Order: sequence, then C-alpha cells, then structure tokens
Amino acid sequence: MITVDLDRVTVRALNERLHRLPARGAPGQWRIVHPRGKHAIAVGLNAPATVVIDGHVGYYAAGMNQQADVTIQGHAGPGVAENIMSGVVRIKGNASQAAAATGRGGFVVIEGDASSRCGIAMKGVDIVVGGSVGHNSAFMAQAGRLVVCGDAGPALGDSIYEAVIYVGGAVAGLGADCIGEDMTPAHLATLAELLQRAGFDRDPRRFRRFGSARRLYNFHIDHAGEY
Amino acid sequence: MFLKDAALEPRLGAMFTPMLVEMGERGPDSAGVAIYRNPAPPGAVKLTLHHPDPAFAWDDLARTLGAHLDAQVGVTALATHAVLVAPATADAAVAWVRAQVPAVRITSVGTTIEIYKEMGRPEAVAEQFQLARLAGSHAIGHTRMATESAVTTEHSHPFSTGLDLCLVHNGSLSNHNRWRLTLQRHGVSFATDNDTEVAAGYLTHRLRAGDTLEQALNAGLKDLDGFYTFAVGTRSGFAVVRDPIACKHAVLAETAQWVAMATEYRSIARLPGAERARIWEPAPATIYAWSRN
Repeated sequence: MITVDLDRVTVRALNERLHRLPARGAPGQWRIVHPRGKHAIAVGLNAPATVVIDGHVGYYAAGMNQQADVTIQGHAGPGVAENIMSGVVRIKGNASQAAAATGRGGFVVIEGDASSRCGIAMKGVDIVVGGSVGHNSAFMAQAGRLVVCGDAGPALGDSIYEAVIYVGGAVAGLGADCIGEDMTPAHLATLAELLQRAGFDRDPRRFRRFGSARRLYNFHIDHAGEY
Repeated sequence: MFLKDAALEPRLGAMFTPMLVEMGERGPDSAGVAIYRNPAPPGAVKLTLHHPDPAFAWDDLARTLGAHLDAQVGVTALATHAVLVAPATADAAVAWVRAQVPAVRITSVGTTIEIYKEMGRPEAVAEQFQLARLAGSHAIGHTRMATESAVTTEHSHPFSTGLDLCLVHNGSLSNHNRWRLTLQRHGVSFATDNDTEVAAGYLTHRLRAGDTLEQALNAGLKDLDGFYTFAVGTRSGFAVVRDPIACKHAVLAETAQWVAMATEYRSIARLPGAERARIWEPAPATIYAWSRN
C-alpha cells in the first residue's frame, strides 16, 4: 500500500506518479489522504491499480479512467469519472452534476445521490446510483446502462439514443423522445447483474425501463419534401 | 459562513477568510464581504461608506454629520471604507451623505451589516480589511471574475439590497436591462450597469412592497432569467437559492456549530469539523435559509 498525502504533495505530482504505472502487471494499491475537495485527483490512469481516496474530492476526480479501480470515500464534485473508458469508479457518498459524463466504458457506482445531468452523453459506461438522480440525467445518452435505485428528476433521458435506463423509484418527468419500455426477462437479468456488481440488494422486478422512441435522433423521411 | 454557536463569534473572520481566499482562483479581480456584527444602539443607523482615497477625512465627515444632527456620530475607518453609527433614521442618514458628500459611496445600510469590497486579489482584499480579525455572527463573501460588466469597486459584490440585507451572485442574468428600466420606474436607483445590482434592486423593490425574503426570492425565480446561485445575507442569517437549471455550482455544509455555503467544497474543507459535516448540493429552485432567533 502506497499512501500519498495531498497536504504534502500536489495533485499534479500525484497524477504524474500514477501515470507512470505500467499498463500491464500489478501496479499495486494506493491510498490518497487529505483530498480536501481538490480537483482532478487520480485523473487519466491507465493501469490496473487500486486507488482509495480518503475524503471528499473536487471536480473531475478519476476522469478518463482506464483499468483502475478507484474508490472515493466521500462525496465527489462535478464531473466525477467523466469520459471513463474502463475500470471501476465507486463514490461512497453523493456525486455532483455530470457524473460519468460521456463515459465510453467501465463501471461507475454512486452509493448516495447524483445531481443533475448524471450520465450526460454517456457512450457505453454502466452507471448504478444507489440514491436518486437530478434533472436531465442521461441527456443525449448514446450507449450503456444507467440504473437509478431511487427517484429521477425532470427530463430524464432527453434526446436519448441507444442507452437503457432503469429506475426503481419515481420519475419526475421524461425528456423528449424518452419512453417507458417493457421489462423482458433479458432486461431483468441484465439489471440483476448490474445491481449485484454494484453491491446493492434491490429487487429488479420493482424497476421500470426507459429508452428511446427513436423518433428524434435520425432524419425523418417525411420531412424530405421540405428541402 | 453562519455561526449557530455564538461562542465561535470571535473566530468568525479567522474561519471565513480562508474560505474567501480559497475561491481566489475562481474570482481574482475583486472581492468583498458583508459581515454582521456590533449592532448599533436602538434609534441609530449604521452605514458603511467607501471613498477611493484611503486618507479620506472620515473624522471630519462624522463631525459635520454630528453637528447637523446635534449628536455624537461614531466613525471607524478601515482602509478605503468607514463605518458610521449615527442617531438618525436610515433614510435621513443616506439622504445627508448623498447630498453633502456625493463622492462617498454607501456600501451598506442597516443596524448590523458592514460591507467591505475592493478590486484586487481576494487575499490582498482580506489583508487590506484585516478580515481574519473580525468577529461577528455571520459573513457572506464573494470573489469576482467579471463577465458582464467592468471591474470596479462599485461593480463588485456584495450588493446592498436594503436594511441589513445583501446579495452575492455567481452567474449571469439575461433580462437585467429590462428589469433595470422597470425597477427605475418604481424608484429604485442603480449605480452601475451590473446585472447583479439589478437582482439586488429587484429584491429591494419586492421587500419594500411588503414581501418576506422567501416571497421575494420565489418571485425572483419567475422574474429573473439567467444562471444564478444567489446567497442573501439578512440581519439574523442567510439564504441560498439557485435558478431552476442550477448549472452554477453550490455546496452547503452544516454542523452543530455552523453552516457554510460555497461554490466549491474546497472552500469549506478546512473548516473545523468539515469532514464530519452534513454536506449536500442545494436543489434547483429551492430556498434554503438559516437564522438565529
């Protein structure tokens, strides 16, 4: 276990050390103490390391993550795990807005609530939120799964493409072109697997599924005559 | 920074100043603070005044006002500002200053509030006003990076919004020109072309018309278009509200001793007990308020 104290070392120096880890092999376990809301902690990793951040983080923590398993033992500011490519980012507390924005792969678990725009423009990441999400979550979501165990705020899945949303609680409102869809056995099995991976003991049968009506995102042939 | 525990009052400035300085990267061009302390005696008004010359003869001004009122007027100079305590109504004191010393700007009016603000980096402004030494019950600060209007002392925050009231703003308003004209027709005057000053004037107008602070802020959610997180200081506490889209960041933290609000958690992180505080993001279009009885 390597411990890095951010009261003594700059975030830049920490990230430079993490960037030098080999992409293959066993880069070990890291513990980062005194994060004190600083920005861009553990950003841009590309190594199968385990990183535990002991406290609340600022903006963009664990962004662009590849391979690493990052746990934040507190709350996260805006843009946590933005553009995650692979690996796991787990937030034990709440996440501010735009969590896992544009994520292309990997797995993001938010044990508390996520604020607005959770999973905005997600492109393949799987996100499981133990609590609720704010407005405009999964806005323009293109691929991946967003699971919300609690409630979803207004305009859920606005302008959604091919991502799939599961919500266990109430939905304040659906955005343009987002519709409720049936829970097939295959979807129940997928959801059960995501909940199990996240470590949440929830009954998948209590969730509803939402997706794209596909009326908005491609050119409508009926409008061809207008040009 | 709002102290629930009165025993912490001597440390208000020491707790608050690092919060302000930490936000210097976000707002490097000017900074200001409204601090609530040393209530004026009954029947007296407290004004904070600003003149760009640090050597301005505040004692002479206080003596002249004292002769006019035939009473003792207290004055305490602090860098480019001075606090005047006079046995007069707020309207009379404000009218006298505006008529007799038009070069002096009034930054706050009330019984408890004092507003200090200047151009420059927040750490320099904090040093200039010795903020870390100030005691009080609560303080609201702002570090500014101008986007809508000029960088001057007059354009910087907090803005006075009435007796013992102030406003700071993160964001920008898009319909402030129309509201400035509307409010001017209702007798609200403006010193600058700043958008936040219009929001301050809007609250002044609503409160004068009889709204409670909560009613005024709720009306603002409908009338003021743009991006904003507002923090409002009152004689006994403070309130926070974000616009319905809520893209201007804000975080609240509360312990048994204090409530802190900032744009970012790192501003709060070094407060005593911050790591065990209840921390949350204020929801869109929702008013949060604290006050002491």
